[in-house]
Amino acid sequence: MIFRATITIGLKEGMLDPEAAAIRHALGNLGFVTGDLRTKKLFIIRFEAADQQEAEEKAKAMCERLLANPVIHRYEVEVGA
Amino acid sequence: MRFAVVQFGGSNCDRDVLHAVSDVCGVDCDLVWYKDGITKDYDAIVIPGGFSYGDYLRAGAIAARTPVMEGIRRHAAAGGLVLGICNGAQIGAESGLVPGTFTTNATPKFICRPICLRVETTASPFTRLYKEGEVIRVPIAHKEGRYVASPEELTRLNAEGRVAFRFCDADGNVTPVANPNGAAENITGVLGGPAKNVLCLMPHPERASEEVLGSADGKKIFLGMIRGIEEAGSRA
Repeated sequence: MIFRATITIGLKEGMLDPEAAAIRHALGNLGFVTGDLRTKKLFIIRFEAADQQEAEEKAKAMCERLLANPVIHRYEVEVGA
Repeated sequence: MRFAVVQFGGSNCDRDVLHAVSDVCGVDCDLVWYKDGITKDYDAIVIPGGFSYGDYLRAGAIAARTPVMEGIRRHAAAGGLVLGICNGAQIGAESGLVPGTFTTNATPKFICRPICLRVETTASPFTRLYKEGEVIRVPIAHKEGRYVASPEELTRLNAEGRVAFRFCDADGNVTPVANPNGAAENITGVLGGPAKNVLCLMPHPERASEEVLGSADGKKIFLGMIRGIEEAGSRA
């Protein structure tokens, strides 16, 4: 069965995000006053799995083994058919 | 004695390291394409700087998951010398050869200039020819070089003497001003492996290995490795 995982990877709470700071600054130059601004990476991945549970486990393993770096990242996984 | 310099697609300091090891230090050195794997019994393996896989996903992340890294991890676990420079340090951290990670500079721009490093320990093959607290000049060239590790990991690194180099000013003071990329505790060189036989550092010692380059301070890293290998050979 084909599943579709939506994986969002962002920095852990309290981690410095220099890219977000630069973007926030640029928004300010355009007149947009912003408070908190965070950047995240979104992955949409289709793959085969026997069932929902296996699909979730596979998506999580992808995060643990490559997509996220546990030193700085946290991730969220949503799996649907 | 033979060194290997591993080339990934996007490595661009491989030949600089080859020159420093073979022409400057006089040791045999092979360039090893990553797909060929580590097929010889090398005395030291260097992962050079560059932009492997275009820094896609994260600097070093994809190269760290290539099969050649299995051979490099085995070499390191057996006490063999592994030196990761710049992108090589990012690859080394991503593959777990040293704890922590190197990520986007606090000011997200590429910084390429000579900086001062303080030698934090001489109890490693890479730093044995320096004096503790010595200030050396070696260039950096990176955008993702800010060292990050958990507070527990930093405590352990300090306690075990696994910090090799910190950014400092010309007098050896480790200050926020002397920290070009916002690295935790100014750390930019970390020792790993069972016998501190792995060094991952962001600065480029190969670019400071001859006076004509403006500094020869980095040469002692290679010479220290060579001395260690010679001593191990004469004991065997």
